[in-house]
Amino acid sequence: MLGRLTFQSLPLYSPIALGGALITILGGVAVVVLITWLGQWRYLWREWFTSVDHKRIGMMYIVVALVMLLRGFIDAFMMRTQQAIAFDSRGYLPPGHFDQVFSSHGTIMIFFVAMPFLIGLINIVVPLQIGARDVSFPFLNSLSLGLTVAAAGLVLISLVIGKFSTAGWSAYPPYSELKFNPGEGVDYWIWTILISGLGSTLTGINFLVTIIHRRAPGMKLMRMPLFTWTALCTAILMVFAFPALTVASGLLALDRYLGMHFFTNGHGGNMMNYINLFWMWGHPEVYIVVLPSFGVYSEVVSTFSAKRLFGYKSVVYATMAIAFISFTVWLHHFFTMGASANINAFFGIATMIIAVPTGVKIFNWLLTMYRGRIVLTVPMYWTVGFIVTFVIGGLTGVLLSVAPVDYLMHNTTFLVAHFHNMLIGGAVFGYFAGYQYWFPKATGFRLHETWGRRAFWGWFIGFYLAFMPLYVLGFMGMPRRLERYYVASWQPLLIIAEVGAVTIMFGILCLIVQLYVTYRNRAALRDTTGDPWNGRTLEWTTSSPPAPYNFAVLPHVHDVDELAMRKERNEATPRPLAYRDIVMPNNTGAGPVIGGLAFVFGFAMVWHVWWLAIVAGVGVWSVLIRRAFDDNGLHVISAHAVEEAELRRFPTPASS
Amino acid sequence: MTQKLVLSKTVHCTRWRHCLGRFRSRIRCVISEELASIARKVTAIIALLVLSGCGWTQAPTLDVQGPIARTERNLLFAATGLMLIVIIPVFVMAFWFTWRYRVSHPKAPYTPDWNYSLRIDLIVWLVPTLIVVAISYLVWTYTHKLDPYKQLAAARAPLHVEVIAEDWKWLFLYPSQNIAIVNQLVFPSDRPLSLKITSDTVMNSFYIPGLGGQIFAMAGMRTKLNLRAWRPVTLVGRNTQYSGHGFPDQYFAVRATTEANFRVWVAQVKHSRNTLDAAAYATLAKPTGGSSITWYSSYEPGLFARVIAQYSAPMRHDNPRRAAAMIMQSGSK
Repeated sequence: MLGRLTFQSLPLYSPIALGGALITILGGVAVVVLITWLGQWRYLWREWFTSVDHKRIGMMYIVVALVMLLRGFIDAFMMRTQQAIAFDSRGYLPPGHFDQVFSSHGTIMIFFVAMPFLIGLINIVVPLQIGARDVSFPFLNSLSLGLTVAAAGLVLISLVIGKFSTAGWSAYPPYSELKFNPGEGVDYWIWTILISGLGSTLTGINFLVTIIHRRAPGMKLMRMPLFTWTALCTAILMVFAFPALTVASGLLALDRYLGMHFFTNGHGGNMMNYINLFWMWGHPEVYIVVLPSFGVYSEVVSTFSAKRLFGYKSVVYATMAIAFISFTVWLHHFFTMGASANINAFFGIATMIIAVPTGVKIFNWLLTMYRGRIVLTVPMYWTVGFIVTFVIGGLTGVLLSVAPVDYLMHNTTFLVAHFHNMLIGGAVFGYFAGYQYWFPKATGFRLHETWGRRAFWGWFIGFYLAFMPLYVLGFMGMPRRLERYYVASWQPLLIIAEVGAVTIMFGILCLIVQLYVTYRNRAALRDTTGDPWNGRTLEWTTSSPPAPYNFAVLPHVHDVDELAMRKERNEATPRPLAYRDIVMPNNTGAGPVIGGLAFVFGFAMVWHVWWLAIVAGVGVWSVLIRRAFDDNGLHVISAHAVEEAELRRFPTPASS
Repeated sequence: MTQKLVLSKTVHCTRWRHCLGRFRSRIRCVISEELASIARKVTAIIALLVLSGCGWTQAPTLDVQGPIARTERNLLFAATGLMLIVIIPVFVMAFWFTWRYRVSHPKAPYTPDWNYSLRIDLIVWLVPTLIVVAISYLVWTYTHKLDPYKQLAAARAPLHVEVIAEDWKWLFLYPSQNIAIVNQLVFPSDRPLSLKITSDTVMNSFYIPGLGGQIFAMAGMRTKLNLRAWRPVTLVGRNTQYSGHGFPDQYFAVRATTEANFRVWVAQVKHSRNTLDAAAYATLAKPTGGSSITWYSSYEPGLFARVIAQYSAPMRHDNPRRAAAMIMQSGSK
């Protein structure tokens, strides 16, 4: 009846696991109680969970990302603490716990922090930047969110019921096969990946179509703001790369559930097939994660230098080049598999070629600052911090692309330091820059500056303290994923790294305090203009937060820096002669319901509760089919209502 | 010397005072002196580290013990040096531009519409391209030169050792000597070491920092690694690919020694009472932790090939002869 689910599945095997489970449960219960106490369930369901408004979906994605960031960071902190004390001792974690922690840390940070954060930013910003009222497929957008949350839920519940995978975030077979890992851990990982991967693929399709199809009149491709360009490239990468991950983890599921032999030892299986497929997704994924940040930096640097982006076309071509080449380099993740020198040299050189367009972008951002009027706001701090940090990661990345050097550094903490250098210094800094930059647009309030700067310094200094020692430890021969060790000279550096983790924690706490202080000072921080930063692109022509329909009248675009150009001509907010009816999609519960059923399905599959999996699977398809036959998907906002709303925003006619 | 430097700075600053006003120039003086002193300190620390080599003996990747490791390490240094051509200017520009063009700086030039220059665009594309071309040349040449499969040229024939990764230990088979050792690799330093590597469990990665790079050990497959030491030395090798609970303890002793001492060691192993027959291997292949060393005075020849063959696809219908051979092989085990 309950498959392999028994009382032994509860985390009673160690006080630390039990503590984690209790914190997860108490956190969940606290949220439920709080919402009930405030009597907000109906409001949340009607206005948020069922919303198909891209801005609200984007904000929900970012809330998911921030919550999961806390969980992923706790994992990181546990690992740092373990390694700081585990010299010649077992440390404080019970056996079999450390490997769960590093597996869930990687899985969470990539799939439930980076992905939702960048998808959230794209959701909020792209339709506004291209002058659209919504994305092309609003329901699909809500469905993608539902699937992402379902998968995040699976990771969270693995803390309470059963164990998570111990096979790392990449789940290399044959270690992740049934023979070596018969438990539920790898299955949790597989269903997490399959469900969230589906959501990401759908998001990719949605934004690819939206950007191609829904641009305002006059916005040629070469007039798109840079963030939209990077979103387009990311969408293309998502559409083409994610299926490879779905296939890889799907085949692994067939091995584990139906006794097939795609990646097993023997019977014709070959683990390298998995590893090739995994990185055919995995390398483009690196650029899926980092390109939107490049877009954020481009917007921020141009806005806060009050200057046009230097070499717009160059940056666009560089972005497209990166997106294209990123599909031709995956083998550099396993130079040590014993491929021939020709193969390793080819992929090494292909990898290095990416450094050229990336370097071009760095110089273009710097040249944008050159002879600008730089206002050092919080987003600008993150951007300058990024430029300095990212080039170090670029250097170590090119080093790792030199195959013989990779033979030395592969699987060591040098590699760990390198990719955290790219993911924190490259991607996360950009997400926070975008978070601070577009927060007023999404919510109507600027974030508190001082606490934002403190958060930056916490992250920036903490990053260097935490990861520079890992570079050195790589030279000292320390492998990654090491639960305990016997080399005395490693410990001092690991303690410095622990201090770095504490410093990053300070940065995270500042981000939380920033939200609280912003809420308290909301009157002073309110953005009434819709354009708090003297912005240059279309999103700043809307009110903050924008009306549900974004633009009462679709704008005509003449320039990349459309708003900056209009300001020069003193026609920033032209009033139309007449308003028209606007047709908008209705909210629908299908997205969250399918998400909930997908969660049940995944959970049932993990625990082999076949009847429940069938019920949930049939449920998903029934809701989907019912939704497909629903013809009442739209509502009309009358011209009169639009006019009233717009007059409330601009009581007196603007210059025209 | 330091005193003189400061003095000349002050004189230099006096001239500026006329142009820019006292206050700002004094701040600038203080900053430039501060920067100079920081730079001196940093250089001193780096020099100390490099000269004393205090970090290097702790860092086997840099403190190389053989020609392969040295070439790989020097490649790392060369590539780093080439990239600094781009990276140092980026550092300087990032801080300098942020400071120079801050909005509160009244005299900084401002050109809001300047957004393109063909000359700069060319430099920005060409300089990184040239550096990448240079490093690509190194990559192509050295990936071939340092191909781990390549037999090393030497006056004396290499020592062949077969390596099997187990949970969670390493088994070394010496075919010419017919000895087997768990968790210890001993070889003469005046002969190249030629390794054939496989796994009887999950994927492992075989690595001896200080001697050369690493390579995967995979079940059903055979990889090769050729290494060499300059002189007698003791090192630690290990698996770097996470393989389960015993992973932290999965390291082994490495000793390069003189030919004479190597022979003495082989003779000692030959005296061991343990022999690695099929039953002993079956026990050994079970998951056990620890890095303790075990000697076996002999093993059943062909063990390495059999470990690989047990994972080969059985019964390929398109090749009945091969299938038959496979069955006979597994029968002989």
